[in-house]
Amino acid sequence: MSAAAPSDGRRRGASEADDPYRLGRHNGGGRDETSGHGSGGPASKHIIVGYGFWIFLLSDIVLFSAFFAAYAVLAGETAGGPSGRDLFDLRNVAIETALLLTSSFTCGLASIASRRRDATWTQIWLLVTGVLGAGFVLLEMREFVVMIGMRAGPSRSAFLSSFFALVGCHGLHVSVGLLWLGTMMAQLWVKSFRPAIQRRLLCFSLFWHTLDIIWVGLFTIVYLLGAGR
Amino acid sequence: MKLLGKLDWSAIPIHQPIPLITSLTILLLIGGLLGWVTVKRWWPYLWHEWITSVDHKRIGVMYCLLGLVMLMRGFADAIMMRTQQAVAISAPGFLPPEHFDQIFSAHGTIMIFFGAMPLLIGMMNFVIPLQLGVRDVAFPTLNSTGFWLTASGALLVNASLLIGEFSRAGWLPYPPLSELAYSPGVGVDYYLWAIQISGIGTLMTGVNLVTTILKMRAPGMDYLRMPMFCWTSLAANMLIVAAFPILTATLAMLTLDRYLGFHFFTNDAGGNMMMFVNLIWAWGHPEVYILILPAFGIFSEVFSTFSSKPLFGYRSMVAATLFICIVSFTVWLHHFFTMGAGADVNAAFGIATSIIAVGTGVKIYNWLFTMYRGRVRFATPMLWSLGFIVTFSIGGMTGVLLAVPPADFVLHNSMFLVAHFHNVIIGGVVFGLFAGLTYWFPKAFGFRLHEGWGKAAFWFSLAGFVIVFGAFYVLGLDGMTRRLQHVDVVEWEPWLLVSVAGVGVMLLGVLCQVIQLIVSIRSREVLRDESGDPWDGRSLEWSTLSPPPHFNFAVLPDVHGREAYWTTKAQAIEREALAPEPDYSPIHMPVNSATGFITAFFSTLIGFALVWHIWWLVALGFVGAYATFVVFAWRDQEDYEIGIDELRASDRERRHVRQNWLERRR
Repeated sequence: MSAAAPSDGRRRGASEADDPYRLGRHNGGGRDETSGHGSGGPASKHIIVGYGFWIFLLSDIVLFSAFFAAYAVLAGETAGGPSGRDLFDLRNVAIETALLLTSSFTCGLASIASRRRDATWTQIWLLVTGVLGAGFVLLEMREFVVMIGMRAGPSRSAFLSSFFALVGCHGLHVSVGLLWLGTMMAQLWVKSFRPAIQRRLLCFSLFWHTLDIIWVGLFTIVYLLGAGR
Repeated sequence: MKLLGKLDWSAIPIHQPIPLITSLTILLLIGGLLGWVTVKRWWPYLWHEWITSVDHKRIGVMYCLLGLVMLMRGFADAIMMRTQQAVAISAPGFLPPEHFDQIFSAHGTIMIFFGAMPLLIGMMNFVIPLQLGVRDVAFPTLNSTGFWLTASGALLVNASLLIGEFSRAGWLPYPPLSELAYSPGVGVDYYLWAIQISGIGTLMTGVNLVTTILKMRAPGMDYLRMPMFCWTSLAANMLIVAAFPILTATLAMLTLDRYLGFHFFTNDAGGNMMMFVNLIWAWGHPEVYILILPAFGIFSEVFSTFSSKPLFGYRSMVAATLFICIVSFTVWLHHFFTMGAGADVNAAFGIATSIIAVGTGVKIYNWLFTMYRGRVRFATPMLWSLGFIVTFSIGGMTGVLLAVPPADFVLHNSMFLVAHFHNVIIGGVVFGLFAGLTYWFPKAFGFRLHEGWGKAAFWFSLAGFVIVFGAFYVLGLDGMTRRLQHVDVVEWEPWLLVSVAGVGVMLLGVLCQVIQLIVSIRSREVLRDESGDPWDGRSLEWSTLSPPPHFNFAVLPDVHGREAYWTTKAQAIEREALAPEPDYSPIHMPVNSATGFITAFFSTLIGFALVWHIWWLVALGFVGAYATFVVFAWRDQEDYEIGIDELRASDRERRHVRQNWLERRR
């Protein structure tokens, strides 16, 4: 994106798929060429969508940080009820972590396969990602059910309220991600690779990796610190 | 389990004449309007051209319309509060406490979330792509969805007038009052779901506009060539992205407390209600700057245009904007110095609060120096801006006074505080909105607003505003606290009467604005803007026709300097000719989509059902919303082509208009 290029960049014939709005992208607005900053004119749609989704993810991280803050404030407020040391089963949490981190790896493999436009392997890896994610959600739900059965539900104490809200918010994100994943797989199956679907795959993998990062924070701050408290 | 949850006939306020008559009148008006549209057979037009439109200009106009209607509703609440306090001196007045409490809660909620925010977002939506020289925002359908979700929230708040009740816990529902134990009715639930739904819409707009400004600008439009309105909007939208999730999370916690028996903010089981106050203001203070920063941008455009000079100190203005953007996250505690955080904490936040005023001070001086030795034209937008300089400086100084913790201990929750924040929000945000509306109206509709009525509206609004809130300052210093349903101190009576008289003067200002709109529409041929550039503007929105074609620019402009259009005009004058006709090539524009409208329809159902605990309807709403999403994701056609002929015809019309302008100058 040199400063001199704008005027001819606009007139250079951009193909429709890369630059549907004829917004004057360089070199036909390929995947990596124009990033939209500086003076090079609007970025390609691929970059705009990915960037916009990044901004959304940042806002989602702020949402989680509010729940983290509430947990940090209320973690000691057990109101005479059970604390993290009484409740957390680190073996269960270790399995959950393994499932989620592995699903992120297979999600990465799906991205690589989609770049090759290899529909079969993309679907296989997406399916594996979904199964691992579903396993994570099931384990988490089992944990919740067991805790509620021990009369340690969210209305027992402020500590448990903040625990269920924080961990549940993450679990809800994973569940919504699974719904998204299933919809996208169906769409990929029916419509095969088209630019819009590829952009959605990009957004999904960003989303899935972000949930991983949040889980690492959750795992450390809630479970590891909580079990030792 | 009952089919309609908690909803039954007792929700209709049959024995309360004021809300009943008001809401029946509104229903009649809406019914009449819908009937009129049906008789005139305007539905297809409305559906295709407005409701399903993804054009940023149309969406911007609809946002502004929603904001103006809600501003009227909020003003009606204000009139009722002023009248009640004026007659309830050692007397009960005409509004019982439970109704008065709903009115002040609704007034604040509506004015901030459904009046000021939609107007600002509408203006950003309309102006930003035009100023950046591009054809739409980054995500057009998301934009439409954001608007309709905001409208859905506004609908829920207003539905509470007829069905049930509104919150009595203030515009920010502080626990424990807002907890189920002390607010068992549906009022707080209406508040929560209305704000959550419209908050999602606002977040969508924030993501959309940040991406638009950072990733979609005309060739040559460097960051430091962007008009100041784009800079301040960028800062405001970054604040939306960073702050609105805190609001969502905080209100979600309160919702969990109320619906599922959680203990975030309750008195018992270890809940911490002070955490709510901290969290809500960690959003709330940035929100203040989300409101005022775009207004600062509007003033920058207006001062520069009507002084016929470039903006003074552009780079310092950018720096001050970003400074405010960051520091706005470090001052939230000044909203509750009296909470007892201790002298050290209070001092730190008091100092931070005083420091943030420095950024605003830089801006005030830049605007003054922009006018210095300029050829100042006193058109209506300029009057609003000049009024702003005076009122906002006073409001800013009372703010710095309140930033001193010992002074705040005296003035906390008093009418002085109410005067202060109205001083900056009316004198800053609302004046900015009116300046912007008058300034960009000809761009949106192709004709100017009537100047005489506009000036009358300004003078009445300014005078009424000074009378009302001047009296408030005195009342606050005399010890009157806010939100009093009746008053037992007769010494306050004169000032309460002054303030109710002031509201009357403000009402004249509002009437002038309504008349201005009607007169302008009737004499639109006289006021027609033939040139596309009625104010001799400096940025790219004035380079296209008024109203702009739906694709904004037939060919994306090449930007060669900070004041993109001023540079182009100067070149044309120097060469005595327009730039040669460019080569046209076909463009693609996004197709209309009903996704936003249908999603908002289902969100309204979800919100209403959650308020009344109608669980099957909640489930139905979610299934509907998901189905809408899938249908949208499945669509095959995202855009359509506009051929060279249409572009050339439109651009030739524009060139013809500009050629006339050039010839008139000779």
